[in-house]
Amino acid sequence: MLFKLSVSNIRKSLRDYAIYFFTLIIGVSVFYVFNAISEQTIFLQVSSNTRDIIDLLTSMLDGISVFVSFVLGLLIVYASRFLMKRRNKEFALYLILGMGKSKISAILLIETIIIGLGSLGVGLLIGIGLSQLMSTVVANLFEADMTEYTFMVSTDAIIKTAIYFGIMYLVVMFFNSFMISKCKLINLLQSGKKSEKLKLKNPVLCVIVFIISACALGYAYYTAGWKTNDMSTEKLVKLIAIGAVSTFLIFWSVSGMMLRVVMSMKKTYYKNLNSFTFRQISSKINTTVASMTVICLMLFVTICTLSSAFSIRNSMNANLKKMCPADLEIQFTEYDNQTDINKYVDFVEKAKEFGYDFEEDLSEYVHFHPYSSDSFTFADALGSKLEEVKKQYQYMEYENPEDIVKLSDYNAIRRLYGRDELTLNDNEFAIICDFKSIKAIRDEALKTDKTITIFGHTLTSKYDECQDGFIDISSQHVNIGFYVVPDYVVDENYASLDFLIGNYNAETKEDKQIIEDKINNKYNDFFKEYTSDRNDRNIGYMYGINTRIDIAEATVGLGAMVTFIGLYIGLIFLISCAAILALKQLSESVDSISRYEMLRKIGAEESDISKSLFRQTGIFFLLPLLLACVHSVFGMKFSAFILETFGTEKLAESIGFTSIMILLIYGGYFLITYLCSKSIIKSHKQ
Amino acid sequence: MELLRIQQIEKYYGSKSSLTKAIDDISFTVSKGEFVAIMGASGSGKTTLLNCISTIDRVTSGHIYLENIDITTLKGKQLNQFRREKLGFIFQDFNLLDTLTAYENIALSLSIQKVNPAEIDKAVKNVARQLDIIGVLQKYPYQMSGGQKQRIASARAIVTNPKLILADEPTGALDSKSAKMLLERFNYLNYEHEATIMMVTHDSFTASYASRVLFIKDGKVFHEISRGADNRKQFFDKIIDVVTLLGGDVNDAL
Repeated sequence: MLFKLSVSNIRKSLRDYAIYFFTLIIGVSVFYVFNAISEQTIFLQVSSNTRDIIDLLTSMLDGISVFVSFVLGLLIVYASRFLMKRRNKEFALYLILGMGKSKISAILLIETIIIGLGSLGVGLLIGIGLSQLMSTVVANLFEADMTEYTFMVSTDAIIKTAIYFGIMYLVVMFFNSFMISKCKLINLLQSGKKSEKLKLKNPVLCVIVFIISACALGYAYYTAGWKTNDMSTEKLVKLIAIGAVSTFLIFWSVSGMMLRVVMSMKKTYYKNLNSFTFRQISSKINTTVASMTVICLMLFVTICTLSSAFSIRNSMNANLKKMCPADLEIQFTEYDNQTDINKYVDFVEKAKEFGYDFEEDLSEYVHFHPYSSDSFTFADALGSKLEEVKKQYQYMEYENPEDIVKLSDYNAIRRLYGRDELTLNDNEFAIICDFKSIKAIRDEALKTDKTITIFGHTLTSKYDECQDGFIDISSQHVNIGFYVVPDYVVDENYASLDFLIGNYNAETKEDKQIIEDKINNKYNDFFKEYTSDRNDRNIGYMYGINTRIDIAEATVGLGAMVTFIGLYIGLIFLISCAAILALKQLSESVDSISRYEMLRKIGAEESDISKSLFRQTGIFFLLPLLLACVHSVFGMKFSAFILETFGTEKLAESIGFTSIMILLIYGGYFLITYLCSKSIIKSHKQ
Repeated sequence: MELLRIQQIEKYYGSKSSLTKAIDDISFTVSKGEFVAIMGASGSGKTTLLNCISTIDRVTSGHIYLENIDITTLKGKQLNQFRREKLGFIFQDFNLLDTLTAYENIALSLSIQKVNPAEIDKAVKNVARQLDIIGVLQKYPYQMSGGQKQRIASARAIVTNPKLILADEPTGALDSKSAKMLLERFNYLNYEHEATIMMVTHDSFTASYASRVLFIKDGKVFHEISRGADNRKQFFDKIIDVVTLLGGDVNDAL
């Protein structure tokens, strides 16, 4: 009997709240897809570097899954509590008929089990299907071989999904039983009575609150968007708190203000069903200020996360070509362990002494060394601006010596990189820098002080600002700046690192890989022999090999990682937000059936009623998104600052991509909600 | 002058095996300016009759003419337009929109007709004066008494100057004092503004305010009496007589 009741209850509400069950199913399948990645990719033939990145990716996704399950858990608890509240009358009837509270709990238990098993089953099936697609995407990203691909089902992911969602549903069951045991019959019976007071808020108060919160938001926007340089964690937390509270207050005041404004426009307000439409909207916003705030903030996080993730990926991939124009870069230096002073060693020559020739594998190369001296540091370079800059950036290292490069060496590198040469007169220098925020500081210093003294020579800057360029190959703009000076200026005693930059003597990808492995081995062997020969504990070694292949793999891996994480969080957030809005709108439609019925009786056109419903749903969905978009404009300005090293060239494209995703998912939810609402208010016509 | 003509209408519910005749061949006419009450026990078919006239429900056979237009053939948009422009509704449970103020509830039926907003204000104030509800115009339904709500609903029904006002048990949810006040307003509208009112009720007292009463039993017109020169009290006694004759369940509905 209880089972029959449960089943019929579900069937009854399934029609109205299908979108909620649908969301559960999506949640389960997304959860499965991202947790199945590790098993789905085992078959892929990838390099060990890529494998490491995939392992890192899956362990990060593991961690994020905990967070995601927390969000989904909140959604499920919220939704089930919401749906339960709507059934108070039904529970009251059961109680009046003499059914015990434990029986009612049992009904709810059975319902939750059915819904849980149903959504889990269907979600897993869809997830298994989707994860096959995911394998293809992953394989594509890492350019892996798909020939050994077979249909995969990840039992680990299934078990994990079942456990996580099982816990969520258990919490819901516990919660439901608790709610039932707490409730009183009289409250249940009276819950249907509309006691909602629909008083208009004091308009003056609304305007004041609105202005104050708008100002607070403006301050937060300004600080986040333009005062980025002196941002601290403490400050950021404060800004986020201000943003959240202002968002709440804006929704609170807008609901009252909007109605007042429209009401004062008599022509609009008393046109067609407008008065009805706006009253409906304002009462809905009035009662959902808190959830609107949460949804707005979640949308804001989603937009920023997705845009940033796509931007990192796109920019890095785009930068790779530009910023990594050579196959190989080796740096080498020795330094004194006690004084930290670099001691220049020409390692290429040293290696030759040991019988290792690095140059033979390179078709073209530049072998050079920059100079540095404690008598010319970043602080010296800033000159009179130092104090000002120090005040703003307390944590920078000002005593690091600046790198100085001979003009002929720098031009050789530029030739290797396929760029135009730099020309300098005998008394001129240039600063090369492409890290935006440091460049800004250096440019500022250049404005006031264009002359420097290096190794006893006084030079003037040829340009009014830093020039674009770099020496180290990488996928990002990370050159914090070095000085290029005429050759005669440098003092060989101050040579610091030894550099070898060049291209492999190979054409195809495979051949390049062979040479790369060869060079790696050669280097390791040389290093072992070289150091075993020298037992001086006071000497430390600093060396590094960067190769285009490594950088590319890391770039693709990092790109894939942020994309997956962004997509994972973004998807879950989006469907959670949209599901809550849909649930509220649908239940409101159920409550309003009699209102629409009445409108029909007094002769309102069906098209006008549909229009009114469309507007109500539209504004309800649009309002949080709108404010989230405004938040995001400034949030993205802040994250563009953070993302500077990755490059922000592709930001517009990424925002476009994010918009499309939001439009598809959020818009889809909106459309389905509208159509369901329409059928709800129509179904009682006859 | 004849306003409404009901011609041999029938309304069946259910399937062939279990057929319910809610209306079984009813014909009558209503003249302009008449105040007609339709009485009958629960299940006698009086509300079905009203629903058919108001085009909320469709007849199985027969015709209903309002100003010589056969409303049983209207469809879709025409139907809405007809309802909007020719009819005014008053319901037992008021059917006011709880999210709107009294003023806006009344104004809504005008704005649905796309009346100019400037005229709306004048019309609403005017009808509010007639129904004595000026004081509650800015209140919400939950802040009003039942009688006030029903007068708001009535104001909404007549503000558009409909040809025919249809009232379904308008006093059903009111106490006797409020009911009396409402019915006196109906009379006022009927006499002063020549509004044609058709009211369904099972309450003899309510019916006694009408100028003519139709009694319906088992889907048929059972009897019909006119007030003529009688005062309300005399007419009420006559109605009671018929009700007694009808017997059974209407008796208790005094």
